[in-house]
Amino acid sequence: MTDLAPPPAAPPARRLPPRRPAILLRGGRAGVGTAAAVLVVAVLACLLAPLLWPLDQSAVDLARTRLAPSPEHLAGTDDLGRDVALRSLYGLRVSLLVGVVAALVATVIGGLVGAVAGSVGGRVDRVLMRVVDTVAALPHLLLGIFIVAMLRPSLGAVVASIALTHWLSTARIVRSELLSLRSRPFVDAAISGGASRARVLTRHLLPHVLPRLALATTLMVPHAVWHETALSFLGLGLPPHLASIGNMINDGQRSLLTGAWWASIVPGLALVAVTLALAVLTGRWRDRLDPRVRAELHL
Amino acid sequence: MTAPAPPPVRRRRLAGAGVMIRRRLLVAVPVLAATSMGMFALGAASPIDPAQQYAGAAAFTTSEENLDQLRANWGVDDPLPVQYARWVGNLLRGDLGWSTSRHEPVTSVLAARAGWTLLLVGLALALVLVASVLLGTLAAYRRGGWFDRALRSFAYAVQSMPVFWLGLAAIAVFALTLGWLPAGGLTDLTATGTDPADVARHLVLPVTVLAISQAPWFVLFVRDAVAESLRDDHVLAARARGLPGRTVLFGHALRTALLPFLTLVGTHLPELVGGAVLVETVFSLPGLGAVTVAAALGADFPLLAATTLATTVVVLAANLATDLGYAAADPRVRLDD
Repeated sequence: MTDLAPPPAAPPARRLPPRRPAILLRGGRAGVGTAAAVLVVAVLACLLAPLLWPLDQSAVDLARTRLAPSPEHLAGTDDLGRDVALRSLYGLRVSLLVGVVAALVATVIGGLVGAVAGSVGGRVDRVLMRVVDTVAALPHLLLGIFIVAMLRPSLGAVVASIALTHWLSTARIVRSELLSLRSRPFVDAAISGGASRARVLTRHLLPHVLPRLALATTLMVPHAVWHETALSFLGLGLPPHLASIGNMINDGQRSLLTGAWWASIVPGLALVAVTLALAVLTGRWRDRLDPRVRAELHL
Repeated sequence: MTAPAPPPVRRRRLAGAGVMIRRRLLVAVPVLAATSMGMFALGAASPIDPAQQYAGAAAFTTSEENLDQLRANWGVDDPLPVQYARWVGNLLRGDLGWSTSRHEPVTSVLAARAGWTLLLVGLALALVLVASVLLGTLAAYRRGGWFDRALRSFAYAVQSMPVFWLGLAAIAVFALTLGWLPAGGLTDLTATGTDPADVARHLVLPVTVLAISQAPWFVLFVRDAVAESLRDDHVLAARARGLPGRTVLFGHALRTALLPFLTLVGTHLPELVGGAVLVETVFSLPGLGAVTVAAALGADFPLLAATTLATTVVVLAANLATDLGYAAADPRVRLDD
C-alpha cells in the first residue's frame, strides 16, 4: 500500500485568461474612485460656495472683461468682467439642484403611472402604455421647448418641461418590475395567506421596486441636467442673469468669437466632469443591481 | 413526393406590408390626435393673451374694446373644443396658421427651412451610421483590446457632453484657432446664392458635431451586438469551415447584429432632431432650429405646434420605414401575422 504510485497530478485547473486591466470608464476601481472623488468635491463645493465665496449674481466689472485665466481668476473673466470659475460653481449648484428636483418629480409621475399600469393591468395598462409610447415618439427637446414656451420661461416651467419629458422610462421600469413580481411565489403565498391588495402592494411589491426606482432616478439626473442646460442655452431656461451652466455657455458665445474661449468652455467642462462622474457611479450601481444588464448601452 | 417549390422569397418578405402600413396608420391617427390635443390644452393654459401678443407694444395704448374685437374675430373666447376643432380642421386643409413671431404663414416658414434641417439630420445620420458600424465592429472584433477600450472611454465621455458645448468647442478649435472651416452660417457673407461647394464647406463642422454627439449610442450598440453575435453558432460554424476572418466578421457576425440596429435608428431619431435644433443654433444655420427658438421666446403657438407635429409625423414615418426595412432584411420577421 505504501508503494503506490503518487496520485496522478490533478489536471491543472483550467485557468481563465488573465483579466484585462479594468477599463477606466467601465467601472474599474480607479475609475470609480476618481468619479466618487469628483462628485464629492463638486457637491461639497456647491454646498459650501455661498459661505466661502459669496457671489453677487448681478455684479459686473467692466474694467476687467475677458481676462485670460490667471492665479487671480482661475478660469478668466467673461465679457462683463465676472469670474468664470466662481460662476461655474454657482451654475453647477443651480443645474444640479434643478436636475435633482426635476428627476424626483419625473420619478413620481413615472412611478405612479407605472404602478397603476402594472398593478391594475388590463385595459388601463394598455391605454397607459400607449400614452407612454406616444410621448416617447415625440422629439423630447422640441416638446420641452414647447412646454417652456407655453408656460413662459421660469424655474417652474423648466422643471415641468424636464419632468413631463423624462418620466417614460421610470413608468416602464416600474410596470415591468411589478408584472414580473406579481407572478412570483412569495406574492402568491401572501395572497393565499389572506393579505389585502394594499398590503401586498406596500409590503411585498414596493420594497422590491424601490431600489430600481432609486437607480432610475439617479440615472435620470444627468439627463435632466442636460435638458436644463440646453433650455438655458437657448435662452428658454432660467433667468439670464442667474449663473447657470446653460446661461453661461450661451453668454460665453459672445466672448468666444473674440478669442476668450474660457467663458463658454470652462462651465461646460465643469458640467461634463460632474455628469460623467455621476454616470460612472450609477453605471456601476446598475451592474451591481443587475449583473445581466451591463451598463454599457445607456448611461 | 416532390417538395412544393418555395415561393419567391422577395415577395413573401414584404407580403404583409400593406396590412402593416394600414395598421400603423390606425395607430398613428390616435397618436397624432392625442399629441395635438395635449399641445392645444397646454397652449390654452398658457398665460399669454393672443390679442395682446398681436398688438405688441400697442397693447398698452389700445382700448379694451379693440382687444375684445380682436379676440372675437379670432374666436379665442369660444369654448376650447370648438377652437380645437377649428384648428385641426385648418391643419387638415393644409392651413397651418399664421406665425406670430415671423409674421408670415407657418407653411412658408416650414417650406423655406425644413429642407436645411432635413439635410443636416440626413447627413449626420449617414455619417454616424457608417462610422459607428465600422468602429463598433472593429472594437468588437478585438474586444478588450486598446482600441475597444479607447473607443468606449471616448463614447462615455462624449455621452456626457452637451452637443452645443461640443459645437462651441469645435468652433473655438477648428474655426477660430486653426482657421480651417467657417464658424457658422450656411454661406459666406459675400455669397449671393447657395453655391453647393460653399454650403458643403459650411456644413462640415455642424454635421460632424451632430454625428459625434449621437455616435456613442450607436457605437456602443454595434459593438455589443457584434460582440454578442461573434459567439453565435452560425459564426462558430463559419469559423470552423475555415472562412477568412474578414468574411466571418462582416458577412456573418455583423449581418445578424445589424438587424436590431435598424429599429434602434428609428427610436433614436427624436434625439437626433433635438440635437439638430441645438447645432443649428450654435452654427447659425437657417433651419427649423433657429425659428423654433424664436417662436418659443415669442410664445408663437401656431409655429411651435406645427413644427412639433410635423416632426412627429416624420419620426412616425421613419419608424415605419425602419420596421419595413427590418422585415425586408430578416426573413424570420413576417409582416402578415
